[in-house]
Amino acid sequence: MSKKITIEPVTRVEGHGKVTIYLDEQGQVKQSRLHIVEFRGFERFIQGRPYWEAPVLVQRLCGICPVSHLLAASKALDVIVGAGTGEGLTPTGEKMRRLMHYGQIFQSHTLHFFHLSAPDFLFGIDGDPDTRNIIGIALNHPELAVQGVMMRKFGQEIIRATAGKKIHGTGAIPGGINKNLSIEERDEFLKGNDPLNADKMVSWAEAAIDFFRNYYVANKEFIDNFAHFPSNHLSLVRKDGAMDLYHGVLRAVDSEGRKILHDVDYQEYYNFIEEEVRSWSYMKFPYLKQYGKDKGWYRVGPLARLNTADFIPTPLAQAEFEKFKALTHGKPNNHCLHTHYARLIEILHAAEMIRELLHDPDLQGDELVVKGTKQKEGVGLIEAPRGTLFHHYRINDNDQIAMANLIVSTTNNNEPMNRSVNYVAKAMMTAKKEITEGMMNAVEVAIRAYDPCLSCATHALGKMPLEITLLDQNETIIDKKRSH
Amino acid sequence: MKQKKEIVVYGYGNPGRQDDGLGPACIRLIENWLSQHPEINVQTDCNYQLNIEDAEVISTRKLAIFVDATMAEMESFSFERVNPSNAKVEFTMHAVSPAFVLDLCQKIYDSSPETWLLSIKGYEWDFGEQLSYTALKNLNTAYDFLKGFLLKKHHEYIEQNVNLIQ
Repeated sequence: MSKKITIEPVTRVEGHGKVTIYLDEQGQVKQSRLHIVEFRGFERFIQGRPYWEAPVLVQRLCGICPVSHLLAASKALDVIVGAGTGEGLTPTGEKMRRLMHYGQIFQSHTLHFFHLSAPDFLFGIDGDPDTRNIIGIALNHPELAVQGVMMRKFGQEIIRATAGKKIHGTGAIPGGINKNLSIEERDEFLKGNDPLNADKMVSWAEAAIDFFRNYYVANKEFIDNFAHFPSNHLSLVRKDGAMDLYHGVLRAVDSEGRKILHDVDYQEYYNFIEEEVRSWSYMKFPYLKQYGKDKGWYRVGPLARLNTADFIPTPLAQAEFEKFKALTHGKPNNHCLHTHYARLIEILHAAEMIRELLHDPDLQGDELVVKGTKQKEGVGLIEAPRGTLFHHYRINDNDQIAMANLIVSTTNNNEPMNRSVNYVAKAMMTAKKEITEGMMNAVEVAIRAYDPCLSCATHALGKMPLEITLLDQNETIIDKKRSH
Repeated sequence: MKQKKEIVVYGYGNPGRQDDGLGPACIRLIENWLSQHPEINVQTDCNYQLNIEDAEVISTRKLAIFVDATMAEMESFSFERVNPSNAKVEFTMHAVSPAFVLDLCQKIYDSSPETWLLSIKGYEWDFGEQLSYTALKNLNTAYDFLKGFLLKKHHEYIEQNVNLIQ
């Protein structure tokens, strides 16, 4: 009998996704698919609007990573207003944006670690979902929970100081920024009351890495083998090969570390990247054109970034990078759950970058905006917390947006997320007649490693519980499980 | 010396998704009202959604009122006491509920502010910054109610503080 298992996760402000796992007559996993309902409504919605509104409009996509959309749109519009492609801004403009971006990376990754991955490690992926979260941590490890809350708060305050406000920030505008950082704001972050200062954030970021490493030593087999499969990896890197989450050239490496996209200018990304449409999914599947659909798919995000970069330009994160690389003898790391390790190294890098930037007097500069000869088209790329984010706009003679194309991080990770789910399904669901909590959790753990933002990927609202449905070959329901 | 604000009103939602912006819209109204009455013991806060750091925001307050849009069936708004035992976990946890925030606040700060959720009925959730006509009417009704509640609590706290001094 052929069976189908469906998992449906969603909340009101997030998107609509489900996992379907097909079993054959022998109970073997035949195929699994992650479906995410993607309405491309946003690109249509933005057409006809004046281009300078885009940085604020794109924050309507969702409330989860508005800063990443604000910065990617602003970078694309820098090109349109003639301010160049990321290197033409004033020092104050570029550094304020970087501070905003590293604040976003810091708070987003922190949420993922303390809320999602650390509870899985502390309580096991089979742990009770009602305690496998930061509240469970608060009960058993209160000092860790306080760190999580205060690190999030620090990142949010950096965003507030640089973007201007929490909702619909306006700090980044085409050609630059509209505010600098005052001495008072700077001193608050550098010398603020313990624990809300940059030094404390760096030390807590180091402690979080130690926490993971201890877990890794004790659970090496599980971490190494969970959803481990080879892939290509893609991200921005600085021109000298350093990790750079704000700006650079586009690089991809294969699973052995060979460069397969050679540090190209992302203004021409469409010459290198294609998006495949599959009949069963609303979300597209991007791939490197040169290598085709089957061999050209890639991962983005923390794991990919540590695989593409040659080094990290901050000392503490670089030391951790070297230990990370040693695990795979310098080759790319293709272990799905090592994404958590990579994410923690990026938290440390972000904390170091924030501290370094705060000491830079350019943040108090008065030259905020650059303008030049207007262009008709611009592309903005940024390494958002979840991976590479593409914004591409074309304007008409009336300065209205005529075309917009966005490829968000979760879409870039569509194929690897599907493969991870498939890997787990084969390992845990083969020859099983009933869906257990542990199976559901394992599928969730695989998806969560990528920290998908369904709201961005779907451009839609929805409200659905986490649900698994088991169907036979005639699609008759034979089992159904719902987490909430 | 500036009076310590013992009450926080915290609206959340995405103003770029039509009626999802009811929470932030309510905060704008409250801020306008407070600008004319700075003596009132209320501060405001606002974000796209609630998250774990908001446990710290409410931890030093006597009273926290969250304001959100809702799809639930109701007349125009509801006002309910938040019960931390109703805290539940979402799949990806990019946002948390008022019950979750209160539960976390109790567990890590050992603080239990009186916490309420004002839910205002919304109808349209597409891209756009305008509230729907009926949602706007609901907002005004909820706002009038909230002002009355805040004034009542403000006076209660003044009385309590006077009694403490005596």
